[in-house]
Parts: sequence; structure tokens; C-alpha cells
Amino acid sequence: MNPILLTPLDLLIAASLVLIDAIVSIQLGLRLHRQLIVAAIRCTVQLLLVGYLLRFVFRIDTPLLTLGLILLMVAIAGREVAARPEKKLARYGNQIAGLSAVALATFVTATFALATALRPHPWFSARYAIPLAGIMLGNALNAASLSLDALLSGVLRERAAIEAQLALGVRFRDATKPLIRTAVRRGILPVINVMSAAGIVTLPGIMTGQILAGLSPIEAVKYQILLMFLLAGANGIAAVGSAYFAMARLTDARERLRVDFLS
Amino acid sequence: MAITGPSGAGKSVLLRMVADLDPHQGAVRLNGIDRASQPAPIWRRRVAYLAAEPGWWHEQAGAHFPRRDEAETLMPALALSPALLDQPVHRLSTGERMRLALIRTLLNQPAVLLLDEPTGALDPHSTTLVESVLAERLRQGLILILVTHDTDQAGRLGAERWHLESGRLTPITT
Repeated sequence: MNPILLTPLDLLIAASLVLIDAIVSIQLGLRLHRQLIVAAIRCTVQLLLVGYLLRFVFRIDTPLLTLGLILLMVAIAGREVAARPEKKLARYGNQIAGLSAVALATFVTATFALATALRPHPWFSARYAIPLAGIMLGNALNAASLSLDALLSGVLRERAAIEAQLALGVRFRDATKPLIRTAVRRGILPVINVMSAAGIVTLPGIMTGQILAGLSPIEAVKYQILLMFLLAGANGIAAVGSAYFAMARLTDARERLRVDFLS
Repeated sequence: MAITGPSGAGKSVLLRMVADLDPHQGAVRLNGIDRASQPAPIWRRRVAYLAAEPGWWHEQAGAHFPRRDEAETLMPALALSPALLDQPVHRLSTGERMRLALIRTLLNQPAVLLLDEPTGALDPHSTTLVESVLAERLRQGLILILVTHDTDQAGRLGAERWHLESGRLTPITT
């Protein structure tokens, strides 16, 4: 079955729905109509650009260009993770923790999927590697930033408890374990919610897209299950990674708790 | 020795530095052994710092003691009932928490004890009990460095008195 291809006219007709929102905004005095139109135009332009960029990259399909694009995506995601928490670690600690966590999560899970379940030819084919890395990154970003935020906001609250243990001769990694646990839990909970609700509360976007594109529901579901498991892995790695990387930046060679590295 | 001085003079920071909890310059030796030659956790077991408001990391008071029976042997001397170990920490009074934290630290058998206002939150009776426990340990060879606002306490414990102000530690001769 071939997908039903959309024409520009189809999209234009759909855009009239955005106009309904704009009219609501004007009628209720929400003052949102300008932002709404700008957002709709931005969305259109950004997605078209990405579409053309991906078509170009898929057509050339060299491993170097694919890797370059993925690295760029990882860098942007890392920056987002670093910016989210209220607290910032000294010496680019947030950036380093965020970047390492999302890079590790994305590369491990995307390579894993490309090498085991998907196995495209060649295995680094841009058509598979880039969308896969994109989905992993979006989720790893979420998990890493939640975990990092929980850790950095918790460390000041738990300072007395951690230092009391250090003063009793407990090792830094043992004294901070409860805080790491809290942070990782915060990062992993969303993916558990998503997996539990999948198909009942929500029809996941990827699956819906594939069904609309003509794939049989069973095949689409299989893809979605694979993705869910990959996402669970990416979330776990990202949450654990950002918590440990950040905690490593909060101590020194004498196993002190260095809250002065946090601002 | 007992250290007095105005608030903010750095008395607590001095104790924290000796325990290697805050970064600083200079060397510290115990019985001729340089602190830098030992792992920090081992040093902190031997040179134990107890904060003015000690932290807790489990909900139940008893969970902070690896061996409950050891804790129970020390509790009567500080007028604490062993039943307190079954209470959540937040239900205990400030004075009870301070005395429990002192027991927690003493059970490690430190060679040096760094106490920050140990009796600030205690009533006169509990203060006397804490002082007699400390005096007993001093007789057994414990080295005590005490930050206190109570100038008489130094005398009761037979401690040398020092005054810390504007970054200078000076002996007080009585």
C-alpha cells in the first residue's frame, strides 16, 4: 500500500485550523494571535528546511556527513540539558555532564539498534541513523535534564546529611548514593509512564505516522515496541550518566563535598 | 583545647579544615603522620568532626547506627532511652539529636574529636552528662578540640583556652 501523498493545497486547508485559534484569540482578547501565526510559520519553515536537509543528506549518504549531523544534534541537546537546571556547576560542569550523558545514551542505543534489530545496508545508512538518533536524543535530553536538575537541587538540601557521613569516614560515593538514586529515579519515571500508557491512553506518534504512511498496524506496532525499549535504554543511560558525571564534579581528590563548585 | 570567639570568626571552618572537609592551605599531622599521606575517609574516622547541627540520612534514628547494641550501651550515660532509636529523626528534640550524634561519632573510636557547640542546645543536666562522658574519654587519651560560647565549660573540662578573632588564634591565660 502506498502512502497518500500530500499536496501544498492540503496543507493550506489544514492551516485554516490555525486561523480558528487566531480568531478565538482575538475574540477572547488573549493577545496570542500574533505569536500563534509566528509559531505556525516558524514550524512550517523549520520543518521544510529539515526536510530538504535530510533529503540532501540521505541522497549523499556519506558516513562522515551523517556523523557530523548527529554530532551537531548531540551538541545542541547537551546545551539544552545544561541550561535547564536552576543551579550551575563551575567550569562548564553542566555542559560536560549534559553532553556526555546524551552522547553516551544516543550512541549506545542507536548503534545497538542499527547493529541488531534494524540492520540496514550499510549499517550507518543516513536514512536510518539520523531519525533514530533524533528520537533517542529527544528522550535522552529529557531524562538527563530531569536527573541533573534533581541532583543539583538536592545536593544543597542534603548537604548536612552528606557531610555528616563524610565526617564519620564514609566514602563520598557511598554518602551521595541516596541522592544519585533520587536523581536517576526522576529521570527514568517518565519513560515508565509512557510505556505503561502506550496504546491505551495515547497512540504513539511514530506508530500513528507509519500507519498513516501505509504500513500495516502490526508492523507499525512492532516498530513502536522496538523504539520503546530503545527509549527505555536511552533514558536510563542518560539519567544515570548525567547524575554520576555531575556528582563527579562536586568533589575533589580529598573526597570533600564541594558546594562551592555550585552557583 | 577550647576555642572561643565571636560569631563568624571562622571557628567552625577551622574545625572543618582540620577534619579535611573544607579546602585550605597548610599541613596537619597526627602523631607525626601527615594527613595528606592518608586517604581522607580514614583521616576523618580518626579525626572526627561533629557539626553544631548534625545531619541525618535515614528516617529512623536507629538506622544511623551500624550496631544498635553498641549505641544502647552508651545511651544511658547521656540520659537517652534506647526506645528513641525506633523514633523517626524528625520527632526527636534538638538536644536528643545532638546527644545521639555524639554517640554516633564516639562509636567510631576517634583519636581526635572536633566538637562544634556540642552543648549549645542542651539543658544544664544534659550538659553535665555530656561533659562527664567527654571527661571520661579525655582520661582515656582522647584529644578534644571544642568550639564553645560557654567559657566555664573549658574550665570544667580542664581545657586550654584559645581565642579566635580576625584570623588569629591566641592563647588565653587564666
